[in-house]
Amino acid sequence: MSTTMENVICKFCGCLCDDIIVEVEDNRILKTKRACSNGRGMFLDYDPSFQKPLIDGKQVEWDEAVSVCADILNKADSPLIYGLSSTSTEAQRKAVELADLLGAVIDSTSSVCHFPTVLAFQRTGEVTCTLGEVKNRADLLIFWGCNPMVSHIRHFTRYSAKAKGTLTPGGRKDRTIVVVDVRETPSSKTADMFLQIDSGTDYEVLTTLRALVQEKELEPGAGHIVSEELKELARMMKTCNYGVVFFGMGLTMTSGRSYNVSELFTLAAELNRFNRFSVMPMRGHGNVAGADNVLTWLSGYPSAVSFARGFPQIGPGEFTSVDMLARHEADAALIIASDPMAHFPHGAVEHLRHIPFILMAPMTNCSTKTAKVFLPTACCGIDVPGTAYRMDNVPLRLRAVLASEKPTDEEILSRIIKEVIK
Amino acid sequence: MPDKPFYRCQESKAGNIQNLRDILMKNFFTLISGRTKAHADGLHKGPGSQDYINATSFVEIGQEDMNRLGIKKGQLVLIRSDSGKVEAPVQPANLPAGLIFIPMGPTANKLVGTETFGTGMPSFKGQSVKVEKL
Amino acid sequence: MIGIIGGTVFDPLNKIDGQVKDLWIKDGKIVPIEEINQSKAQIIDVRGQVVMPGGVDIHSHIAGAKVNAGRKLCPEDSKRLLRYRSGDFRSGSGYTVPSTSLTGYLYSEMGYTTVMEAAAAPLVARHTHEELEDIPNIDNGAFLTMGNNHFLMKCIQDKEMGKARDYVSWLLDAGKGFAIKIVNPGGVENWKYGKNVQTLDDKVIGFGVTPRQILKTLATISEELKLPHPVHVHGLCLGQSGSVDITIETMELMEELNAHFCHLHFLSYSGKRGGFPRSGAAKVAQTVNESPSITIDVGQIIFGPATTMTSDGPVQYNLSQKLGAKWVNDDLESESGGGIVPLVYKRSNPLHAIMWLTGLEIFLLVDDPWKVFLTTDHPNAGPFLGYPEVIRLLMDKDFRAEKFEKIPKKAKKGCLLPELNREYSLYEIAIITRAGPARRLGLKNKGHLGIGADADITVYSRAENKEEMFAHPSRVLKDGNIVVIDGQLVKEQKGRTLYVSPGYDKNIEKYIREHFKESYTISFDNYYIEAQHLGISEKLNCI
Repeated sequence: MSTTMENVICKFCGCLCDDIIVEVEDNRILKTKRACSNGRGMFLDYDPSFQKPLIDGKQVEWDEAVSVCADILNKADSPLIYGLSSTSTEAQRKAVELADLLGAVIDSTSSVCHFPTVLAFQRTGEVTCTLGEVKNRADLLIFWGCNPMVSHIRHFTRYSAKAKGTLTPGGRKDRTIVVVDVRETPSSKTADMFLQIDSGTDYEVLTTLRALVQEKELEPGAGHIVSEELKELARMMKTCNYGVVFFGMGLTMTSGRSYNVSELFTLAAELNRFNRFSVMPMRGHGNVAGADNVLTWLSGYPSAVSFARGFPQIGPGEFTSVDMLARHEADAALIIASDPMAHFPHGAVEHLRHIPFILMAPMTNCSTKTAKVFLPTACCGIDVPGTAYRMDNVPLRLRAVLASEKPTDEEILSRIIKEVIK
Repeated sequence: MPDKPFYRCQESKAGNIQNLRDILMKNFFTLISGRTKAHADGLHKGPGSQDYINATSFVEIGQEDMNRLGIKKGQLVLIRSDSGKVEAPVQPANLPAGLIFIPMGPTANKLVGTETFGTGMPSFKGQSVKVEKL
Repeated sequence: MIGIIGGTVFDPLNKIDGQVKDLWIKDGKIVPIEEINQSKAQIIDVRGQVVMPGGVDIHSHIAGAKVNAGRKLCPEDSKRLLRYRSGDFRSGSGYTVPSTSLTGYLYSEMGYTTVMEAAAAPLVARHTHEELEDIPNIDNGAFLTMGNNHFLMKCIQDKEMGKARDYVSWLLDAGKGFAIKIVNPGGVENWKYGKNVQTLDDKVIGFGVTPRQILKTLATISEELKLPHPVHVHGLCLGQSGSVDITIETMELMEELNAHFCHLHFLSYSGKRGGFPRSGAAKVAQTVNESPSITIDVGQIIFGPATTMTSDGPVQYNLSQKLGAKWVNDDLESESGGGIVPLVYKRSNPLHAIMWLTGLEIFLLVDDPWKVFLTTDHPNAGPFLGYPEVIRLLMDKDFRAEKFEKIPKKAKKGCLLPELNREYSLYEIAIITRAGPARRLGLKNKGHLGIGADADITVYSRAENKEEMFAHPSRVLKDGNIVVIDGQLVKEQKGRTLYVSPGYDKNIEKYIREHFKESYTISFDNYYIEAQHLGISEKLNCI
């Protein structure tokens, strides 16, 4: 007999869609409705059955696994805790407690995603809003260096381009969509205006836009890329009612990094002299905003935090995971709900092969084989409830749609903490 | 430590600067890596799955560049950066000259360096690479 | 079981003014001596020391989306105050926006045992509650912002007061709130169009209702629901020259309806609109003195760094433009908004000096200490760490005069402060920092030391320098446990979140569901916060 559950929340990406319908039978998910292909894959491919933890590829009991983990972490001089974005805030809080106890470095996946956005935020602040304001008010949407049709598949329909809101009852018809990117993408094909810029020139384009918005004289050859399209975009940005720029890795991963983002933030702030304008980073994972929030409220900083001196310190480029691994500065690692072997540059990945690392994740991934200890835990939002924060920082309580057969990240981290203290 | 950077100057066939530029820059590209639908679908199947491997082990190059380099669709090319090298089959795509795309994953990551310019973020988009026919 | 013996007790709610009295504690409560087995009790000798109930902060920003964005925005603030990990106590950072553990530790070390989070938008209240759970050693609650709420404004527009009341009750329950907070009613909604409100009768765009209507409706509902704390009002024109006039007008409007006005100094400037502000303390104090029901908290300026954070979005936009400072703005769908701007209050800046003396004048000109409470609108006017300094300024007129001397001449012109010789007594300080706020919050077991009170007790060693005296209590007890000795934390324990749940006609839910479909981007079913997700919590009755 199958049961149907409504208003289920999907934590695959920062959209955190909370209208998913899930059909469950014999503690497996049979079908989902409304979920995009990413969400559907996450729900359908998940195996909730109990698995024993592995040490060096061999199955062991949980007590032994916890004890070995505590041992690895206690013996390390410079342990690194990384990941966090796909687990609940309850587990994230435990991870920070553990980092504080160990004097470890703790870093979330924003390290290779929106940490440059954090750096920009610290410099300039951010004019932003929740996704409902976008749905209800935004008549101009700009997607800069991001590709929601691939990365945040329901974004357009639920929140942005096509969403029908109180002041935008016509949905897509009531909006102008602009995409700024270095190449054509599935998202750019849906735009009213596609501004194709050269790779690595976002900073110059943004600075030029700021100058155009402020009607400043621009000298040719001073690094300004002035074109009729840019002039038109500046005009559109100044005359809309409520404009929103969504941005992604096109700004954070390219030359300029956080300076690209702070230039965009400054542009958005300046536009508020003319009308209302907001920006929003397209947060990749379902709870990376939660990781930012939890780390901030517990330590004062959102990521790249070191407790090594007995108090929290932030260190961009110093305590960020890729840097620590590339410089061989971590001598043990605890990876939580993430897959660095798949997603980190080779030079960082290599070091992981030479240090003992613990992988705590709901399913095997690229990192499992290399991990000294693999801790198969429950998946937040599928077989364990927990809080997650959407890309606009709205918190939602994820439910469990399946009965849990595996322990949770929160539970195992608590046990490791107890062992470490002993 | 990262590999020493390599800058090899090819001999120019003529004194014409434009030709020299073409020759020097001919094989140099900017690599961007990123999400694709196929890579995400493959990830759900499992990172060891053939779907995932297929979805992340090719390189997209614009037709103009393919013509210039004399490469055909499906042909293997050698791509090198300061950090590593990979061989990957070519797929034509609508890309501007000088830009190549590899879906995010282990193939792209062999080429992405660990320099983060103090931000923690490597050059997943904007890594300089050299592409050569095999 | 504990006995606190021989202390000089100040317990204004029980009219005890410096009487030497013993206190007996059992199971976290103050009990009569008859219930104590004295041979088993731990005796703490506090002869010669001052004993007061634990401090109660009626208005502070310590937890939630805005506060956390403030922490994230200001890594430089983290570096101002660092706390090393020590034994079982967590490390932390932050001076104006401390991390959660540090917030609890610092308040506790200063002798405070109850702190109210002054503003949480219901949409993100879950975030507030998660952080409150991580703040140790203080009981707490969250005021839910409703003054720019779309459903409410629609009810007012449609003149459906019954629906409005049921909605507010539902909202308090869904967000596990303690009280109704109103911030710049209508102005925050208008800011989403780049505008604001300047008078009580300006129209809110899209609804056509006025601030006057919003204030009256919510205040009436609060009375009808018998909420323990009345509407908590952050009025119009905050920070503007001439704001005192609209503040008085708003107070007169709310006269019959019972309201608390927060961080009043920010809304008490006289002078021409757009001109240089002066202190309007005399005018507003007169209104407060003549009103039988209105209470205020001051929001006193502390010179030094501060982080302004408020739901009042347009105020923050203006402030950021004036200062050229970094600025966070967040518009929240259907409910609220807000902004953050970090700054530094300088004694040498005439404007800041006027703000500083305005607050002090309010304290000294409001006759009845039961009407005026000590806050710094933490961290807007300054960090709560500044409370001991404010206490000294109120108790020691010579110290006050010394500080007044140092402000610029331009600020001194025409102000009343040098003529105000009043000095607060210990009894009056006990009122403005514990008894008064507790009574106004409707917390029957807090702010006093009578039988049945929670054993939240602070003991101070007498000192000439009142700032030192109040900064480092010799003992702090929370629920009968000793948590601080000689200003040092010795125990960490979870606090309780207090909330109200007045009850409503379930029929309202179908209207709210419709509203969610139209205006929100989350499901109605995912909005409600269950009590079990609150950590330790306690529901207060509305009677």
